[in-house]
Amino acid sequence: MAVLQYLINGLSIGSIYAIIALGYTMVYGIAKMLNFAHGDVIMVGAYISYCVMIYLKMPPVVAILAAIVVCTVLGVLIEALAYRPLRGTSSLAVLITAIGVSYFLQNAAQLIWGVAQKTYSSVVTMESVHLFDGKILITGEVIVTIITSAVVMVCLTLFTSKTRTGKAMRAVSEDRDAAQLMGINVNRTIAVTFAIGSALAAIAGVLLCSASPALKPTTGSMPGIRAFTAAVFGGIGSVPGAMLGGILLGVIEELCKGLISTQFSDAIVFGVLIIVLLVKPTGLLGKQIQEKV
Amino acid sequence: MKKNIHSMNNPIRSLWNNKTRRTTFSTYAVVIVAFVIMQLLDSAGMLSYAMRGQLIPICVYIVLAISLNLVVGISGELSLGHAGFMGVGAFVGAVTSTALQGLIPDATLRLVFSMVLGGIFAAIMGLIIGIPVLRLRGDYLAIVTLAFGEIIRNIANNLYVGMDEKGLHFAFLSEEGLHMSDAGKLVMAGPRGTVNITPIATFLTGFILILITLFIVLNLVNSKEGRAIKAIRDNRIAAESVGINVMSFKLKAFVISAILAGMAGALYGLSMSNVTSVKFSFTTSIDILVFVVLGGMGNILGSVIAATILTLLPELMRPLADYRMIMYAIVLIVVMLFTWSPKLKGAIEVVTGNLKEWLGKLTNKKEVGTNG
Amino acid sequence: MKKLFAFVMAVMMVVGLFAGCGGDAGGNASDKGDAIRIGLSGPFTGDNAVYGNAVKWGMEVAVEEINAKGGVQIHFMSEDDVSDNEKAGTAYATLMDNNMQIFAGAVTTGPCLTLAPKTVTDNIFMMTPSGSNEDIPKAGDNVFQMCFTDPNQGAASAELINSQKMGTKIGVLYDSTTDYSNGIKKSFENAASELQMEIAAVTSFDANTTDYKTQLQQLQSAECDIVFMPIYAAQAVTVLTNANEMGYKPVFLGCDGMDGVLTQENFDTSLAEGLIMMTPYAADNDDPANVAFVEKYKEKSGGEAPNQFAADGYDVIYAIYEGCVAKGITGKTSNADTCAALKEYFATATFNGLTGTNMTWDETGMVSKVPTAVEVQNGTYVSK
Repeated sequence: MAVLQYLINGLSIGSIYAIIALGYTMVYGIAKMLNFAHGDVIMVGAYISYCVMIYLKMPPVVAILAAIVVCTVLGVLIEALAYRPLRGTSSLAVLITAIGVSYFLQNAAQLIWGVAQKTYSSVVTMESVHLFDGKILITGEVIVTIITSAVVMVCLTLFTSKTRTGKAMRAVSEDRDAAQLMGINVNRTIAVTFAIGSALAAIAGVLLCSASPALKPTTGSMPGIRAFTAAVFGGIGSVPGAMLGGILLGVIEELCKGLISTQFSDAIVFGVLIIVLLVKPTGLLGKQIQEKV
Repeated sequence: MKKNIHSMNNPIRSLWNNKTRRTTFSTYAVVIVAFVIMQLLDSAGMLSYAMRGQLIPICVYIVLAISLNLVVGISGELSLGHAGFMGVGAFVGAVTSTALQGLIPDATLRLVFSMVLGGIFAAIMGLIIGIPVLRLRGDYLAIVTLAFGEIIRNIANNLYVGMDEKGLHFAFLSEEGLHMSDAGKLVMAGPRGTVNITPIATFLTGFILILITLFIVLNLVNSKEGRAIKAIRDNRIAAESVGINVMSFKLKAFVISAILAGMAGALYGLSMSNVTSVKFSFTTSIDILVFVVLGGMGNILGSVIAATILTLLPELMRPLADYRMIMYAIVLIVVMLFTWSPKLKGAIEVVTGNLKEWLGKLTNKKEVGTNG
Repeated sequence: MKKLFAFVMAVMMVVGLFAGCGGDAGGNASDKGDAIRIGLSGPFTGDNAVYGNAVKWGMEVAVEEINAKGGVQIHFMSEDDVSDNEKAGTAYATLMDNNMQIFAGAVTTGPCLTLAPKTVTDNIFMMTPSGSNEDIPKAGDNVFQMCFTDPNQGAASAELINSQKMGTKIGVLYDSTTDYSNGIKKSFENAASELQMEIAAVTSFDANTTDYKTQLQQLQSAECDIVFMPIYAAQAVTVLTNANEMGYKPVFLGCDGMDGVLTQENFDTSLAEGLIMMTPYAADNDDPANVAFVEKYKEKSGGEAPNQFAADGYDVIYAIYEGCVAKGITGKTSNADTCAALKEYFATATFNGLTGTNMTWDETGMVSKVPTAVEVQNGTYVSK
């Protein structure tokens, strides 16, 4: 019975990783860059929603919307100011700038909101579900997170396959130069990608802090790294891959803590990751890239 | 700085060689001159306490940056776990130094021995990681090296090492597991990191390690093998088709880089009385990567200068108090934009052009600026 | 090479632009006036910033009070070490370059362990407000502690459970990545085995953990009715929230790091009802000295109530101040004389502060305070 509970805990953490990983993977697929500041946009989203809920005493829905709006604007701004000028140069240069942006957001948050941790109030009002005479617990947050990440995944898949902008994204992701020649506005497409990715980050921030209420300037960095790992695990650039990778990572982590060792869980989780990548070098659902001569 | 490999078989070759020699010479010259100046200032008592304390860390970061440049800049593989090798070196070095305290009373000799052993263990780790992992490409290699770094950190965080008259004892998770005699003392205490360490690292050893690193890396880069490695970076399939053994060359660069990082780690571990595993996490790997990219990929002198400036920068910005780290972030972003953005670069070149002219006049063309 | 030039240029430009902002922060340090120069190294940015800032603000309150009195004046300096041993080295060196006379740091364990040997070499008196590791004062006879040592707290907690018959099945939840948590857990286990108490389950988490349900599930499966958790208040908030969601209600027992749990912004204090902790300090103590301290502290912190870190910082400054007054130390006294005089003073001194009364220090430099247990009832501390 305990194993089942660990599994559910894993699903709960994993679905949050999944939603963050979706943002990572989208930006990677289209802009071909590792946006290490993604985790910190999550933190900003959580702070904004916290402020709206606690200081302005608005209902959670308003708080979530405010977080989405602020993060979307922030994401587009970061892209335009820090990443766009470096387009077409080394992808490593953009990576380093992203790290700079990450440091900037963390320190700005510390200056604005202070160093002390804030306790986030869950936006989920749903009651927890108890199964098997209360031996198994599924909290409202878990249910909402899993549903949200599934909905987001479906919407993203539909968006990229059905809409004009979505198709443009796929075209830019396949071959940026060819897409440009076909009349696609590459800059605009990438900006839209960042907007969507950052909106997802806002949602992820709200869900992350609803599940674990500790909110501080470094809240986003560890889940960010984990989600990046999850995105690679599932096959970076692949939307279902990010979802699968996130959930699997969460489940492996919690099963490992519950059944093997809490002290060595990091080593075991990353060990599993290395083995998976050695067996399947492009991740679980990643595309095999053909090399051209 | 990019060298023109295609010009190898034409008359410009001699000139090309000449230029390489000039770059090599100026790299050594800058390092040696900087060392001499620091030594002179120190003996004249003109160095502040804070500056003196920075000398060994700067040496360590320079070696780490150069060695990572070998993998990232020259071999063209993104590694995010360089601090893992540093950590292996630091802990092996600390344990070695304590274990040999009775056997080798001379601190310098013991330091050298510890560094060598740190390098050897890092090399073994490099081989274990490198052989399977270098088959992976690009960002997958990045994530595996990141994972490796985190595994090392996690294991070191739970490792206890003690030393008594019977020798070394190792255990996981608790001190009691060591079963030491009463005379035994701890060397590593899990999350507390290294304990009972007498710092024996010196600036001179750091400087010599830089020279050794430069010697190894510059010779490799300018050798036939180095050209093969760069050929693999620029076009792997073409390189393979002319019979270059891609795996063997990449592995060589990777392992050499690990050895140097391990040695630097040992120097670091023996430069202060306490080092914890947290130091060797992802954050430090990223910091070293920042040095490499800012200094210029494949540019060895660039790594030296970037590592020095970026280590000193947060210290120089101490008067900014609470705004220090946010300013550091802004500096990092602005510098990246100015050095890499095609549009902004144009503006900078006008300024640097003038500056170079001025420098050239000033130093009779012996300065660094002439070989750009 | 152009890139390199551009890089150096850009760094110089940006630094040049902003260098003007800082200005006089470290300015008047070099004049060796009458004021006693006390330095602090602590994490003011990064993950542990909350502890460093609490100590700094607590110390600043004390310094302002003392300076307002007239008489012996204090020049207080603080440098950021991000809780990193290497940065702590430069933070300390920067303080030394600014002619630090007495070292009132560092805040966290690693930097304390790194810097204590340096103060021995430099002959600088050191008193850490919050470095609780038992090895810190062992570095030299000039190194003193203001807080409890870890073993002290672990043993006291085990005795408390035993004497008050608080539970039959004991569970332990600790942070495997901090030395603080590991140290207390170890001494708790040792004391528990001496008292022949049975520990039913031990589980841990690490600094990256955001959710504690799996760990709590392990404790619940082992039917633990008392959970000893030597962890910080910031982590305890999530632990208590998770336990509440799970409907798991054992008695939770914490140590001094747990203090501050009630003042976490927006925390539902009803979740902490029945929580017991060993703490030397309670912010809602209505002693006039404490009321004044809390008020002044809140002005500095932007409304946050002080915790045990802040109170320890405040006490360190007052203890040093009393020592300086007693021994006639001024800013003109040499570092070596200051150190010798303060060592002599603290060998016999008795100190009354916010974190305890009749405190004394033993020959190693460890403080003896009586750990007092408090229980949370109706959102406030009640002595146990």
